[in-house]
Formats: sequence, structure tokens, C-alpha cells
Amino acid sequence: MLSNLGNILLFGSIFITLSIIYFAYQNLKEKNILIGKNLVYLSFFQITFIIASFLLLIFAFVFSDFSLLAVYQNSHTAKPIFYKIAGVWGNHEGSLLLWVNIMVIFSFLFFLFNYKLKKSYSLYTLLIQNILILGFLVFLISNSNPFFKILPIPSEGLGLNPILQDPALAIHPPLLYLGFVGSSIYFSAAMAAILSNSNGKNFASSIKIWVLISWSFQSLGIIVGSIWAYYELGWGGFWFWDPVENASLIPWFCMTALAHSVLVLEKRNYLYNWVLILSIITFISSVTGTFLVRSGILNSVHTFANDPARGMYILIFLSLMIFFSFIIFFKRKINDNFYLEPISKETFILGNNWFMMFYLATVFIGTIYPIFTQVLYDTKISVGPPFYNSVIAPIIIPFLIMMAIGPKIRWIKQKYNDYKSLIFILILSCVINFLIFTFLKSYNLLSNLIIISSLFLIIHSLKDFIINSKTKSYYNLPSFLSHTGFGILMLFIILNHNYSREYDLNIKVGEAKKIDNIEIKFENLKIEKRDNYNVIIGNFNILDLKKNYQKNLNPEIRIYDNPQTLTFESAIKTNLKQDLYLTMSNIDGSDFYNVKFQIKPFMLWIWFAAFLTASGALLRTFLKK
Amino acid sequence: MKISFLKIISISLVAFALLVFFLALNTDKRYSTEKIVGKSVDNFEIIFLNNDEVFKKQDLSNDKFHLLNIWASWCLPCKKEHSILMALKKENNLKIIGINFKDKKLNANNFLRELGNPYDFSLSDKDGTKTILFGVYGIPESILIDKKHKIISKFIGPLDVNDYEDILQLVNEK
Repeated sequence: MLSNLGNILLFGSIFITLSIIYFAYQNLKEKNILIGKNLVYLSFFQITFIIASFLLLIFAFVFSDFSLLAVYQNSHTAKPIFYKIAGVWGNHEGSLLLWVNIMVIFSFLFFLFNYKLKKSYSLYTLLIQNILILGFLVFLISNSNPFFKILPIPSEGLGLNPILQDPALAIHPPLLYLGFVGSSIYFSAAMAAILSNSNGKNFASSIKIWVLISWSFQSLGIIVGSIWAYYELGWGGFWFWDPVENASLIPWFCMTALAHSVLVLEKRNYLYNWVLILSIITFISSVTGTFLVRSGILNSVHTFANDPARGMYILIFLSLMIFFSFIIFFKRKINDNFYLEPISKETFILGNNWFMMFYLATVFIGTIYPIFTQVLYDTKISVGPPFYNSVIAPIIIPFLIMMAIGPKIRWIKQKYNDYKSLIFILILSCVINFLIFTFLKSYNLLSNLIIISSLFLIIHSLKDFIINSKTKSYYNLPSFLSHTGFGILMLFIILNHNYSREYDLNIKVGEAKKIDNIEIKFENLKIEKRDNYNVIIGNFNILDLKKNYQKNLNPEIRIYDNPQTLTFESAIKTNLKQDLYLTMSNIDGSDFYNVKFQIKPFMLWIWFAAFLTASGALLRTFLKK
Repeated sequence: MKISFLKIISISLVAFALLVFFLALNTDKRYSTEKIVGKSVDNFEIIFLNNDEVFKKQDLSNDKFHLLNIWASWCLPCKKEHSILMALKKENNLKIIGINFKDKKLNANNFLRELGNPYDFSLSDKDGTKTILFGVYGIPESILIDKKHKIISKFIGPLDVNDYEDILQLVNEK
């Protein structure tokens, strides 16, 4: 019953999408300057149908309708309702439906907001966005149908993987999707701008808000994913340069570059070609990332049930998308002619873009290199953190310095004569850095330089903000938040990197071990039964002999029944200064437990700074000049 | 449409990447350690535990079996299987190669001093990258290689008495 209704809604959506494509094309050929009313109605029906199908799937998960394969495989009656809902996008089929939903919602809103713009531009955007939607709808129905039935109807579901039952992870996919699926709209708009010969300024101002929105959500999605990894995976880290993390970072670099260069196009009508390229590759890199994750050619924590046919479909779709966007782009024969003054906002923004492209190239090569060697030489290699850290870290330094100076520089041309305060801030940063490493612990030259430049960025932004706020103009607040946030983020990541400590030991109940100035005592072990799992709770006492504090930590080993899984829950004690992080795991056939105890300074500050960075762009979308 | 150098380069790069993705789709990436059984050993170069010399595939002898044992001093199950390895040491037809996995040299040597050294060759895989070749994902693991340098058996987890007998049987066949 539910399955039939779902399928009807999906087929209905395909039919409507086809109609939109057809009527948009017809409407383009007509000389009429107005957009046909029928397209507005059709768009409205489309969004109604697609949202209804998504709500229906949520309904099926909430009421545990196991006649649907997707529900049977990913849900269970004993699960809390929150995780039943999260289960909707915790699997390939449901997440793809969410994907299509976001494409449709963005398409609808973009159409609504830009209804009054040049007719051919709006229509081409609608047309191309709907071709993309059609592609994903066909994919959804042909081999990833969330409304697929099973008979006989099972009485109980298989359950959601316990490590996915976490609040951060429940909201991670929707946030990330709003980011990189949202980028589809400016892909379409870029194509449309070329096809309709639109003016660069209009194009820029119509996509600007969408770039900011998708950038914010992409950032939030990445942050929340990191938080999940930190709290749930129990490795004590928050970024692993895992291929799938990289897959979300690559579009983020494009979006960051675009969010800046779109301003140049809007204000100065320069860099049109470049903005078009960025708009196009943002979505292309998003789909490439999706391909790498869903096809299973990369091994990582994001495992979906792998089906080569799915990978094949996305790959064909991706190839077609690249092929046609190249053709359309190369058709545009207009060359941008521009002259940029060396000291002008334009130049600094272009600088930002060069940095972004450098990071993008590094991460992209690092991510796909193992695939290439696997296919071409049949050798397995893995590209790990040392590669990324050593290539990216040094380039962060000039980037942070430019990030500090850039926002203050005026458009077109400026005579820069603020050297006094520049030198003063630089000296101040060096002094603070000096204080940090003399009072805490010294670190290498590279860390010194990064810390100095991030301090430089933070202080410089603060100074600019204070001077600015005297004029009561808060237009620069968003960029201030994002830039300062990024500076704080880099500062604390480097401090965290240098001051983290890690102890690995095997220990029995009742035993105490002393390393450095820290005594770790395994007090006792409790076994409890909880709602849908059994749990072994360890009670550890951490005693710092030097600073004379004492903390109790209770890591858990959870034994889930459906599906049968062991998960290791880390015990974390957080304060403003540091996190104490402890995980334990049992060792087969012995009384010993393997314990990993970590001291991770400033974790709270890292999260705070990351959210601060993301908040800037969100604020900009609400703030009018 | 004007064909420029830049266009050709960018198009061919993208086409090449897509082709590789296509090929990657069709290669079996499932991580199965059983797959290496029956295959001949790939070329490898692993340094010795106590000096900087390198042990290569060519250094495997042609008239003896080899048992590759991957171990570490921090690994408790490795202690458990140690007596089995010591017993296997007496076997004339078999050479035992120990690969010390993600370990400190000092701890590794202390371990061998305390419990005895069953290894004819002690090698070291400090960062765990060399043993990937043998499909190692947890330790201890042991891999039995015949005289023709073919992998004939793989033991995941600590060796026990049954494994001991299996190894003796395989080594002394014919």
C-alpha cells in the first residue's frame, strides 16, 4: 500500500519533471517575454510530489513498515523515534531521495526568486536543473528505489548500525547534502548564463546567496561529521584525511573560492569565465565525490551497500554532465579582459582563489592517486596525513596573512600605507607566540609560523572590526566572523596538534599504572542491561600527580543485538582547557583491557571556531546592506 | 569552435580520469585476505629489525618452507602463540620469518629476550605499510609459503595446537 503510493509519487515526479523540461523548452522558443504560468504550476506540483514522497518514507520508518525493503534493512521497532527518522537518510536509497528533494527545493526557490530576471536565463536554469533532477529520479527508480517491496513482510527489521545512532550523525547527511547538492543550482545557472548570454553582474547577484547558503551548510556538515568522528569512532582525532572526508572538502574549496570571486564579478564585472568554471566544477566535484563514495571504489567508514550498477550509473551521468558542460562552456567565445591593480580587493580575492585551487589540487590528487596506482600498476598504496600535512601546512601561512589584510583593501585601487599597524600586529603576534611556547611547550618552526600568522589574522581582524564598528556599519560583520573564526580554528588546531598526548596500555581490573605524571587506575567493571543493548562499563580514575587533579572516566563497550555489533564508546571529560579522552577494548582470552588514554587540549575551542567560521556566511544571507 | 592547447589538455585529463574510474569500478576491491592464498608472493623489501639491511623476495630459500609471522610486543595474543612458534623452530624444513609490526625496537628485543627467539629472520614493519602486501589487518597473523614461493595457507589470530599440526603436515608432505 505504502509502497504503491510511494511509487506513484515518484513516477508522478518523473512525469512532471519531463513536462517542465518540455514546456520550458517550448516557452524558450516563444517570443513572449513572460514565463508561462503553467511552468509555475508544474514546479509547484513537482515540489509537492517530491516532498510528499519523502514524508511518506519518513512515515514508513517511524511506523516501522517492514514491507519496504529499505525500512526492513535499516530500522527496528525498538529504536528511539529520533533514530528511526535519521534512518531515512542513513542508507543509500533514502539518502538519494533526500538528494532529489534538495535539488527540487533549490530549483523551486531559485525559480521563485529569479522569476523576474531575464526570461531566457530563468528558463534555461529551470530546464537544466530539471534535466539533472530527471537523471537522479531515473537513478532512484531504476536501481535505488526506497519504496521497493518485500514479501513476505518480515515482523522485525535488521536495525540501524549502532555507530550511526548518534545525534551528530543524524543531522550530518542533511547538512552536507544542502551544501553539495545545493551547488547543483548554480551549476544550472552557469549553464543558463552561457546559453542565454546573460550579463555577468546579474548572474553573479542571482547566484551569490545560493553559494553562501550551500557553503554554510557544507561547512556545518563537515564540522558535524568531524564531531561525530571524534566522539563516536574513538580514535581521538577529528580529521583523518579519509578519502570520504576529502570528497566533502573538495567541493568546499570550490565553494569557498566561488563565494569570494562571485563578489568580483558582481562589483567589477571581472572574472566571468572563472566564476562560470567554479560554478560548474563545484557540482561536478560533488557528483565525483558521490561516485567515489557510493561506488565502493574507495574503502572508508562510509560504506554503503555496494552495487557496481550504481557506480556505473553515476559514472555515466557524471561523464555526460562533464561532456555537455564542457561543450557549452567552450562555445562561449567571449574572453574576459581585465586589468587588476596589484593592491586591490580583486587581487586579494584572486589570491584566495589560487590558494583554494592549490588545496583542491592537493587533496584531489591525494584522494584519487591510490585508485590510479591500483588500476594502472596493480599496487595498493595509501596516501595519509603526512602527505597532506606537509604539502598543505606551509601554504597556510601566506594564506592566513592575506586573509587578514584582504577584507580591508578597497575595490579597484588602493595606496596601502598602513605599514605601521601591520608591523605592530606582527610583532604582537610574535610576542604572544613567544609567550605560548615559553610557558607551555615549544614546537617546531612550521608550527611557530602558523601560530604567528593565525594570531596575526585574529588580531588584524579584531582591529579592523573595532575601527569599523565606530561607524556603526555592520556590513563587514559576516566576513569578520568567518575570517576570525578561521584564524582561531587554525591556531587551536596547531596547538592541539602539538600539545596532544597519548598513552596506550594494557591493564587489568584493580591495577594502576603511572606514566609521566599521570596515574591511570582501573577501579572496577560493571555490566548493565539497557534498552537495546548490553553494556560493559569501565571505571577509571585519572590522577594527575603534578597538577593534583583527579577525574573519573567511564568508557563503555556496548553489545548490540540488532544487528549484532560491538561498539566502543569513548569516555570524554571536556573543559575549556582540554579533553580527557579514554577508550577501552577487551583483549580476547585475557583479563587485560587495552586502554588508550589521550589528553587533547582546546577541543571545545576548535568546535567553537569552526562554527564561528560557518556562521559568517549564514549571517550574510540575512544581512542586507 | 577553436581548438586550443588548453582545451585538448583539459579534455584529455578529464577523459583519462573517467576512464580510470571506469576501470576501478570493475576491479574487485573487496578486502579479502583469503584471496592471496594460492598466489605467488609479490616482490617485497622489508628491513631487518636490528640493522638497516633489506630482506627481499629473492632472499627466500628455494628448498625450504617459510612461515611469515607478524607480531608485536604490545600484542598479547602474540605471547600466547609464542610457544607454538618456539616448537616450530625445531622443524628443519621450515624457516620462520618474524615481521615486527608497528612496534618499538627496544620492546621487541626485550620480548624476544624474555620469551625466546623463534625467528630465523627478524624483520620490522614500523608503520604497518609493508605487511599490507600480505593482506594483514590484525595481528598476529601467519602466512605459510612453500618452496616455490607460493602462499599455501594463512592463519589469522594466534596459532594454536591445531594450526601447529596443520603446518607440520603441510611442510612434511612428500
